[in-house]
Amino acid sequence: MATLSRDEVAHVAHLARLGLSEAELSRLEGQLNHILEQYAKLAELDTEAIAPTAQTIELENILRDDVATPSLPVEEALANAPERRGDFIVVPAIMSGE
Amino acid sequence: MTDSSRLSAHELAAQLRTGDLSSRDATTTAIEAAERGNRALNAWLSIDRERALAAADAADARLRAARASGPAAVDALHPLLGVPVALKDLVSIKGGQCTAGSRILEGYRAPYDAHVTERLREAGAVIVGKTNMDEFAMGSSTEHSAFGPTANPWDLERVPGGSSGGSAAAVAAYHVPLAIGTDTGGSIRQPAALTGIVGMKPTYGRVSRYGIVAFASSLDQIGPFARDVRDAAALLHAVAGRDERDSTSAPVPVPDGLLHLTASDDEAAAGLRGKRLGLPKEYFVAGMEPGTEACVRAAVDALEAAGAIVEEVSLPHTDYGLAAYYIVAPAEASANLARYDGIRYGPAARDGDILANYLATRGAGFGDEVKRRIMLGTYALSAGYYDAFYVKAQKVRTLIKGDFDAVWAAGFDAIVAPTSPGVAFRFGAKMDDPVAMYLNDACTLPVNMAGLPGVSIPCGLADGLPVGLQFIGAPWTELALLELARGYEGLTGSAEWRSLEPTDLALSLDPAVPTPVERAAAGTHA
Repeated sequence: MATLSRDEVAHVAHLARLGLSEAELSRLEGQLNHILEQYAKLAELDTEAIAPTAQTIELENILRDDVATPSLPVEEALANAPERRGDFIVVPAIMSGE
Repeated sequence: MTDSSRLSAHELAAQLRTGDLSSRDATTTAIEAAERGNRALNAWLSIDRERALAAADAADARLRAARASGPAAVDALHPLLGVPVALKDLVSIKGGQCTAGSRILEGYRAPYDAHVTERLREAGAVIVGKTNMDEFAMGSSTEHSAFGPTANPWDLERVPGGSSGGSAAAVAAYHVPLAIGTDTGGSIRQPAALTGIVGMKPTYGRVSRYGIVAFASSLDQIGPFARDVRDAAALLHAVAGRDERDSTSAPVPVPDGLLHLTASDDEAAAGLRGKRLGLPKEYFVAGMEPGTEACVRAAVDALEAAGAIVEEVSLPHTDYGLAAYYIVAPAEASANLARYDGIRYGPAARDGDILANYLATRGAGFGDEVKRRIMLGTYALSAGYYDAFYVKAQKVRTLIKGDFDAVWAAGFDAIVAPTSPGVAFRFGAKMDDPVAMYLNDACTLPVNMAGLPGVSIPCGLADGLPVGLQFIGAPWTELALLELARGYEGLTGSAEWRSLEPTDLALSLDPAVPTPVERAAAGTHA
């Protein structure tokens, strides 16, 4: 089974958009590898012919009529925004302004 | 004022209907008990006295009007009308806090009511406040709450289980008769077991999750806590049923029998006769505490003596459940928790570029266990590992579900098993070893993996601490499971342990007692 190097732990943290301290990365390296060892148990099972289960109660095609219903008023939807201007949420520029 | 705190919800309802007790008085008693006990227990993250009393007054008005109209109108009242209830702090109440036990939702105010909140309001139940929990429901002890751990009223130096530990402790300590929790791998049943109360995880799809903070969407389910089976059934009835805002909520009728479980212990126990129960040998796991095992086996013997037919069954893939669960649940969590980005709500770092802000917001906002699970899930879903981990775990999930299906196909009415491999443990005992913490859920998480209903009920004490007995059923058999649970409850109605109150209940009201935060801090130095 795979093991995670320190660099890989840092890479996964970046993928997950988690800013972690050096101490956290070190602790996670040990803990994640210990958990991955437990995963190795699954390799004992031959699952070649087994279909995966994503959903257990076998509901299919739950549909509803396509009817417009009121949404949250803008004021309520934006009430939690850390920073807003008018009806918009303010975020840092993603592209450099020219 | 009558001391209503010891009354069950159905006893409260009876007194509310006759007018011997008002909802305002019952609610005031509940709020005072919650406020007095919260220093020692830290079961509550918020108590909303004003809104609770307003709801109580509205309930009293409805009760008065019904009494004036006559017995038929009184009979038509909802059984939860005027009854205090607690919500785990991941259930949205419009305008209220909803932290999910996390710093990253501190200050957030829910813009709408959850489905269960709406249903409880319609029933006229009185929502007293929000209860403590492991952050994002990830944990088995409530020690992973960003707002400090909850203590167990049976022993203030021990955990109440988790993740719905605050709801369990609030019910066990007689603050409220009813509480709502969520169960992704055992988060209702295990704390119910560890605090000596009843807790049910319904079938996946039974209760709409609209307005609930998501953890692992193919596993999460909402359910009730209560001090007896009839109350748990009534609360389930109030919140269950189809809601088109959660597409996984199933169009399956909710049986009204949930409101009519027998009040007679003898009649309930007589219903056990001839029931076929499977006892899964794999659930008596290695490392199970001897006291817990003895207690569960004695309960099974009692069921057999009452006429149930108990046969050993095998669920051969049980041993693989833990590993498969700890791939599926973190994978789904890593996707669900991607939304906490500091853009639309919650505390946010604002002084860098957008990537730096994400890293800082999430790095500071999430606690250790949540970070661990996001890391595990992100890794399991990442390129090159998706098939080896996530798809493999989903295939094992098929095998686990198949184990249960074979038991139902063989004609068993239910499975009877331990809820947890041990009793409540001390603060800090498993905090440094995530795998040891995860083992707490070995007997409960296969039920989530298979989407089944399961209920935990008290079956006695081991070393002075509560032990839970679990009944597991085929999909949509909640009523049958609760009848079995009621049967066992009736059978043991006069057992000595049933009359015992939590050992540290009186101590939990002592204003000089250390808080769980102080105890946990002391525990890590021990």
